[in-house]
Amino acid sequence: MNADAVSAIRLTIELAALTTLVLLIIATPLAWWLSQTASRWRAPIGALVTLPLVLPPTVFGFYLLVSMGPLGPVGQLTQFLGLGTLTFTFTGLLIGSVIVSLPFAVQPIQHAFESIGSRPMEVAFTLRAHPVDAFFSVALPLAWPGILTAAILTFAHTVGEFGVVLMLGGNIPGQTRVISTQIYGHVEAMEFEQAHWLAAGMVVFSFVVLLVLALLRKRVDRVVA
Amino acid sequence: MTHEKDFFVRLALDRGAFQLNLDMALPGSGITVLFGPSGSGKTTVLRCVAGLERPGRGLIRLGSEVWQDDSKGVFRPTWKRDIGYVFQEASLFDHLNVRSNLHFGVRRAAKSGAVEALEQAIELLGIDHLMNRQVSGLSGGERQRIAIARALATQPRLLLLDEPLASLDAARRQEILPWLEKMRDELRIPMLYVTHSTDEMARLADHLVVLFNGAVMADGPASEVLSRADSPVMVGEDAGVLLAGTVSRRDEQWQLSEITTAGGSIWVDDAHLGVGRRVRLRVLARDVGIALQSDREQTTRNQLLGIVESIHDDLRPSQFLIRIRCADSIMLARISKKAVSDSAIGIGSEIQVRLQSVAVIA
Repeated sequence: MNADAVSAIRLTIELAALTTLVLLIIATPLAWWLSQTASRWRAPIGALVTLPLVLPPTVFGFYLLVSMGPLGPVGQLTQFLGLGTLTFTFTGLLIGSVIVSLPFAVQPIQHAFESIGSRPMEVAFTLRAHPVDAFFSVALPLAWPGILTAAILTFAHTVGEFGVVLMLGGNIPGQTRVISTQIYGHVEAMEFEQAHWLAAGMVVFSFVVLLVLALLRKRVDRVVA
Repeated sequence: MTHEKDFFVRLALDRGAFQLNLDMALPGSGITVLFGPSGSGKTTVLRCVAGLERPGRGLIRLGSEVWQDDSKGVFRPTWKRDIGYVFQEASLFDHLNVRSNLHFGVRRAAKSGAVEALEQAIELLGIDHLMNRQVSGLSGGERQRIAIARALATQPRLLLLDEPLASLDAARRQEILPWLEKMRDELRIPMLYVTHSTDEMARLADHLVVLFNGAVMADGPASEVLSRADSPVMVGEDAGVLLAGTVSRRDEQWQLSEITTAGGSIWVDDAHLGVGRRVRLRVLARDVGIALQSDREQTTRNQLLGIVESIHDDLRPSQFLIRIRCADSIMLARISKKAVSDSAIGIGSEIQVRLQSVAVIA
């Protein structure tokens, strides 16, 4: 394996791991809110969260590119703060990945919270647990299969992401060139052999992820039953 | 046991199709049973007392502690109310083992004597051998006993039980009832017990509140409420009275025990109860026969002398429900109208009361 491939793989794993971490922190409270609230904002926010499932990533990539660019509102802000612009940087890529993977993290966690129902929290309240205490000591541990599913899906989806990466990150080796864009580059350059290695690797990886998820679901079903 | 009324529940709740409006002064000790058909509002009352639901207007006060008083804007959230709550279906935390389930509330209640209280609860419910088990492998009855012990171990000032036996089959129910009776007899924690089962109500109730459509239909000591003949609809086919008594003699030869009650002495199947033991008898109205005293001179076992106090229409148009005073207690008898007419029994008649079947329920 050549240095380019190693660099692309390392970057891909870094991006996927960081995206997963950030998303779990954002998605867990968001999923909790969506599962509990009776607010009229529930439907619109839920739809907004789901948007990346149906829109092509290039749409998100385009808007993010414009807004984070030197003339966009986010770009103006980051320049004002002395951070420069985020387009074509790893940070920019991370932000884009977090947004397009949002539904993959929120939905499994939200379903897990919904399937727990309100009873365990009520029981915790009658046993003197404050709501925050009850959330961490009861709701979160009971929802772990959903959280684990969310983490795996987010990681795998980020590894497979292409559109946003290309729009937002360009294809800078060592900074924003991940496996999917590396493959694209090889194909463009007619380097089919290198492309084959990476592409086959992705197929195997994705298969293993889905297999793990299926086995996990089976195990959870057994525990619940 | 004192029957001082120091537990006040006043609730007004309007949810369109369902309305709740009640004002109860309950004893601060013993078991108060909230009894009524489903949809009568029993569980809602319990949830309001626990603070899990907030009614339109309410006052909930236990002794000197005010948990809710909407006229003063007071509402204490559930986790700050000193309660134990046992839900209808066992509600153990699946992610914790039995021991951790029991410790959950004890740790948070942070009271002195917590270790002793936990040990007492474990012993009282007989769950010592289950402590290291996972929740998923337990039977329904075991789960419910652990849920009760978990609530008890926090040393609550009030124990709320929402049909704790309803999700269990008959055998499991009989397995748990003795534990509940033991709790009533050995603990000083007042309990509010919701049920629609006449069996559970008769066995457990010291005080009885009958709810119907969100309103109180009857409220008083259980034996008194049950001997009222004017509302047999409350308990339907199972109309009958409760008699408190003491085992006064045992007849080893015939395997019988004599129970002395305020209404006279009654013989029952020997339940191997020691002489002097206090028991509770339930006599269903359909198991009581009556005859004018002149009809039969000799009195045999389980015949009491009584005077007809009042005669009421019963559920079925062919029957009367007759209220009879026997010494210091009341009996109810369900008799066909024809029999009453044929024997010329009326209010004030001196009659013999035959108890065809008596159940010792505690």
